[in-house]
Amino acid sequence: MYAQNVDTGSKGVRGADELSPEEAAFQARIDDNIKIEPKDWMPAAYRKTLIRQIGQHAHSEIVGQLPEGNWVTRAPTLERKAILLAKVQDEAGHGLYLYCAAETLGISRDELMNKLHSGEMKYSSIFNYPTLTWADMGAVGWLVDGAAIMNQVPLQRTSFGPYARAMVRICKEESFHQRQGYSIMMSMVSGTPAQKEMAQDALNRFWYPALMMFGPSDKDSVHSDQSMAWKIKMNTNDELRQRFVNETVPQAHYLGLTIPDDDLVWNEETGNYDFSQPDWDEFKAVLKGNGPCNRERLGARIKAWEGGEWFRDGLAAYAEKAAKRRAAA
Amino acid sequence: MPSLSDMNTDEVTKLADIAAAEQTHDAHVTNVETRPAFFEWLCRMGDTTLILGQRLSEWCGHGPALEEDIALTNTALDLIGHTQLWLGLAGEVENEGRSADQLAFLRDAFKFRNVLLVEVPNGDMGVTTMRQFLFDAFHYELLQRLTESSSPRVAEIAAKALKEVSYHVERSTDLVVRLGDGTPESHDRMQQALDILWSYTGDMFVSDGVDATMADAGIAPSPDTLREAWLARVEDVLDEATLKVPDNAFVHTGGKTGKHTEHLGYILSDMQFLQRAYPGASW
Ligand SMILES: [Fe+2]
Ligand SMILES: [Fe+2]
Ligand SMILES: [Fe+2]
Repeated sequence: MYAQNVDTGSKGVRGADELSPEEAAFQARIDDNIKIEPKDWMPAAYRKTLIRQIGQHAHSEIVGQLPEGNWVTRAPTLERKAILLAKVQDEAGHGLYLYCAAETLGISRDELMNKLHSGEMKYSSIFNYPTLTWADMGAVGWLVDGAAIMNQVPLQRTSFGPYARAMVRICKEESFHQRQGYSIMMSMVSGTPAQKEMAQDALNRFWYPALMMFGPSDKDSVHSDQSMAWKIKMNTNDELRQRFVNETVPQAHYLGLTIPDDDLVWNEETGNYDFSQPDWDEFKAVLKGNGPCNRERLGARIKAWEGGEWFRDGLAAYAEKAAKRRAAA
Repeated sequence: MPSLSDMNTDEVTKLADIAAAEQTHDAHVTNVETRPAFFEWLCRMGDTTLILGQRLSEWCGHGPALEEDIALTNTALDLIGHTQLWLGLAGEVENEGRSADQLAFLRDAFKFRNVLLVEVPNGDMGVTTMRQFLFDAFHYELLQRLTESSSPRVAEIAAKALKEVSYHVERSTDLVVRLGDGTPESHDRMQQALDILWSYTGDMFVSDGVDATMADAGIAPSPDTLREAWLARVEDVLDEATLKVPDNAFVHTGGKTGKHTEHLGYILSDMQFLQRAYPGASW
C-alpha cells in the first residue's frame, strides 16, 4: 500500500529452534504484544525492514502531496481551496512524523531523501497517476486516503512503538481526508450532468490503481510472512484489498456511480464482493518507473530539494554564526 | 448511507446564515453614502490577501524543507481565511447579492484591487520570503490601526487577522535576517530579491479618494500614514540582515485602481478556471 513489496531480506520465517536466545526473546515480546522501542535490542533485519517500510511510507506522504497540490491553485471555491490546502499540509505533517519515527532507527531524514531521489527507495505506485480534473480531488480523498486507512488502522497496533504512535496520529487525519474526498464526490454527483460525468471518469481512472495500493496478490508476495511474524504487517494484501472493495462498493452505489468492473458481483456464499484484479503488469511497469507521472513526481521532489539547498544552507550558516557570537559574548 | 457520514452543504449554508444573522450591528455596512468607497476598500483588502494566498499556495508540496512547506501553507491558509472575511463583508456592503466566492472567481483582472507587490511571481524562496516580509510589515501596521476602526465589523476582522499576522511578520523577519546574514549565496539571493521587489512596495502606500472617504468615516487609516512605521521596521530588519535598501526610488503603482502587471491575468485564469468553465455549478 503506502509500503508495497517491502523486502525483509529473508526468504521465509524461521522456526523457534533456529532462533538465537536473543532473537527468541525478541519474538516472544512481539507475540505478547509488547512494543519494541528504539533502545531495545532488535534483529538487524527487523531494523532494516522497518527503515524500508517507514521510509517508503514517509516518501509516499510527501510525493502524495503532489497530485493534490496540482489542483490547489485551481480549487473552485475559497472553502474548497482552504480544505485542500489543509489536507496537503497534513500529508507533509505525516511525512514529518514518519521521518522522525525512522530517525529513531538510526537513519537521518537527509539520508532517506537521498535514497528517494536516487531511486533506491520507492513510494506508493498510486502517486504516479495524474490528477486530470477537479473530481480527482474527490476520488483521491475517497479512494486513496480510504485505501490508506484500510492499511494503516491495523498498523496502529504494529510492534515498533514510534511507528505505531505515528500511525495513531495519522489515522485520525486520514479519516478526515476521506470524508472530505467523499464530500467532493457528493457535490459532483448532485451537480450538473457535466459534473457527474467528471465524477464517473475519476472513479474509472482511480479504481484499479487504488486496488493496486494493497500490493501484489498474496501468492506473489514473498516478504509477507516474515513481516507478519514481526507484526509490522498485520494483514495480508488480499485481505485488505477485499475489505476495501467490500466497503467501497456500497459507497459508490450511494453516489450513483458505477465501479468500472463488469465482473463485480456480491457473493452470498463468501459474504464478499467478487471483483476483477488490476492489471499487475501495469503495476510492475509503474514500480519500474514507467507510470504516467513517475518522471514528473520524482523530478518535482528533486527540484524542490536541490532548489532549496541554498535556503537550508543559509539557515544553517546563520545558526552557526549566531552560536559563535553567543559564545564570544 | 454506508459507513461515511456526509458533510451536507445545506447544513453549512444554514450555519453561515445563522452566523450572518448574529453579526454585530454596524451602521457603516448599510450607509449608502460611503457604500462605493467602502466596497472598493474592502476589495483592496480581500483581493490583496487572496492573491498573496494564491501565490503562496503555489509552493504547496514544493518547499525547500518539510517544515517550510508546512509554514508557507499555514500562511496561505490564514490569508485565504482573511479573504473570505473581507470579500464576504464587501459583498454585504455592496448589497447586490454577490458572495465572497463570486467576487473572487468571477471578476476580471481590471476589477481586482490588490496591491502590485503580491502578484509578483514567487521566483526562488528569496523572492517569496522577501515579498512576504515587505508585505507582512505593512499588513501588521495596517491591521493594528484597523482594530480601532469605527466599523465594528472591520475591527473584528482585523483583530482576528492581527493574531495571525503578528506571527507571519515574526517569522518572515526572522527568515530575512537569517538568510541575509547566512551564506554568501543566500545573502546575494536576498539582496537580489529586495532589488526586484523594492519598486513594488510604494503601491501599498498610495492614498486616493477612496482612502480619504474611509479615513473621514474613521473606518480605515489613510495608507500614507503607515509608511513611516513600515519603513522604520523594514530598515531595521534589512540592516540586521546585512542587506541594502536599493537606491532606485522609482515606484510602480496602479494595483488598487485595477492597473496590474501582466502576471495577474495568468493567476486568475488558473484560479478561476472551474467557475468559468462550468458557470453556475456548485462545488
Ligand atoms: Fe496519505
Ligand atoms: Fe497521509
Ligand atoms: Fe491523507
